[in-house]
Amino acid sequence: MFWNEKYERLERKELETLQVRRLRKLVETVYEKVPFYRKKLSEKAIVPSQITSLESLTHLPFTTKDDLRKNYPFGMLTTALADIVEIHASSGTTGTATVVAYSREDVALWSEVMARTIACTGGTPKDIVHNAYGYGLFTGGLGFHYGALELGATVVPVSSGGTKRQIRLMQDFGATILTSTPSYALHMAEVASEMGVDPVSTSLRIGIFGAEPWSEGMRRELEKAWGITACDIYGLSEIIGPGVAVECPGKEGLHLWADHFLPEIIDPNTGEVLDEGQDGELVLTTLTKKAMPLIRYRTGDITSITYQPCPHCGRTAPRISKLRGRTDDMLVIRGINVFPSQIESVLLEIEEAKPHYQLVVTRTKGLDELEIWVEVDEKFFSDEVRKLETLEKKIQDEIESVLALRTKVKLVEPKSIERSMGKAKRVIDKRVI
Amino acid sequence: MLVKQISVFLENRSGRLHEVSEVLKKADINIRALSLADTSDFGILRLIVDRPDMAQQVLKNSGFTISQTEVLAMEVEDRPGGLAQILAVCDSGGINVEYMYAFVEKSGRNAVVIFRVENPDRSIALLQKSGIRLLSADEVYAL
Repeated sequence: MFWNEKYERLERKELETLQVRRLRKLVETVYEKVPFYRKKLSEKAIVPSQITSLESLTHLPFTTKDDLRKNYPFGMLTTALADIVEIHASSGTTGTATVVAYSREDVALWSEVMARTIACTGGTPKDIVHNAYGYGLFTGGLGFHYGALELGATVVPVSSGGTKRQIRLMQDFGATILTSTPSYALHMAEVASEMGVDPVSTSLRIGIFGAEPWSEGMRRELEKAWGITACDIYGLSEIIGPGVAVECPGKEGLHLWADHFLPEIIDPNTGEVLDEGQDGELVLTTLTKKAMPLIRYRTGDITSITYQPCPHCGRTAPRISKLRGRTDDMLVIRGINVFPSQIESVLLEIEEAKPHYQLVVTRTKGLDELEIWVEVDEKFFSDEVRKLETLEKKIQDEIESVLALRTKVKLVEPKSIERSMGKAKRVIDKRVI
Repeated sequence: MLVKQISVFLENRSGRLHEVSEVLKKADINIRALSLADTSDFGILRLIVDRPDMAQQVLKNSGFTISQTEVLAMEVEDRPGGLAQILAVCDSGGINVEYMYAFVEKSGRNAVVIFRVENPDRSIALLQKSGIRLLSADEVYAL
């Protein structure tokens, strides 16, 4: 189903014309109203009237998370606080918190792109959306909430936590769409089974999972466990929250709403723009946001892009590939790039292991070691040491064949790795550098 | 002639073994024999108890990873060469011993040794034919 067919199916040429017009207006606004951008643009000797094509974009300066921190809390706003109707903030666990402010128009935009997003996965006004993303400063919960309202669906704002109660509510209300992080959806399926509820017997038909990278293997696991179509959603609070891009049931890339968010893929080291199909860092410019628009924001997410119309749903909105990881999640172990999602894919292929894992990085005598804690599946627990050691070795070998890296696998007791309600914390880096 | 053994997966984490014993204590289960196999990062605790099914249930309820295995309990003469005699039978009969451990209690004047073998049914026949006495499950739980 289309929510806004005209804009979801723009011809490439029409899309570009629209993007250029909006980009120019955006540059005019920030040049006039945001001292930070005025200074940055002046340094590059750019004036708004120079924006005549998409090519002009490559001359514009980047915006980084650090820029947002330095302008905490309201330095990036184009308007007076009186025009702001909602404020979100990141947790600030890795530095100063970053603030995102929305005007009334921005909330309307958010609702629009989220309604498109839910519809793109197959959602309709008849659906009952069990929204287990956290409500609060995190944008996940409210983003889905606004989208479901706009779509005219029924939203159950259950937020995260209280898993047993969630399972009961899902059954009682007959939820048809589950929105949560993929790791929490997996945990919910486990809890449902423990309660004697077969997850497949529920009315769920669609899952929209995001806020953390997840693999194709995990998708299969979730689809099988719940009997659903599982779609990946992408977004980030700095840009708008959830609602930047989403998969249709064809699951061949995430449709990015490029009439509002202008994408580029760059080489994260040189900043050079890469061609269609090449892996690099996603950079986004918010074309239509009012209160806190961003120019060429470095997302830190690694992906690639294609403008080929989707063979499944017919949308022309460009598609980004499922995220490969983040420039800052990427672990470099003995010179080899490791994304936690790669390890997850390997584990999901191994019947005896569960996809709950933790990566522990240590450094002994200048040498990095990656230890992978894996929960042993109860069904395969053997009283013979040899069989468990064989399993450890099997996992080690599989990972080595994928990463070309020797790791140490450690079997741990089932359910001993902490289940997260929000983003799963996969990596413990104990290296002192 | 098969005796139920309970195996528990244990991470190398301090206090874990103690937790197992506390769970069994609360359920009033008596440990008859045990062996602990350990590697650098995990251990497997093998137990013979007076009420194996109950033990399995309470441990499982407490969140432990459990498996039940069938093992053989043999009487071994308590003298030099007693064990060698039994292993000679195993050896010549092609019985592969995965692991073994001894009971503290005796059965009359004989020692009792637990054997985990690859092919229990074939082993039972072979051992009995060679005059080795195997204890029944009830005899073992009541030792």
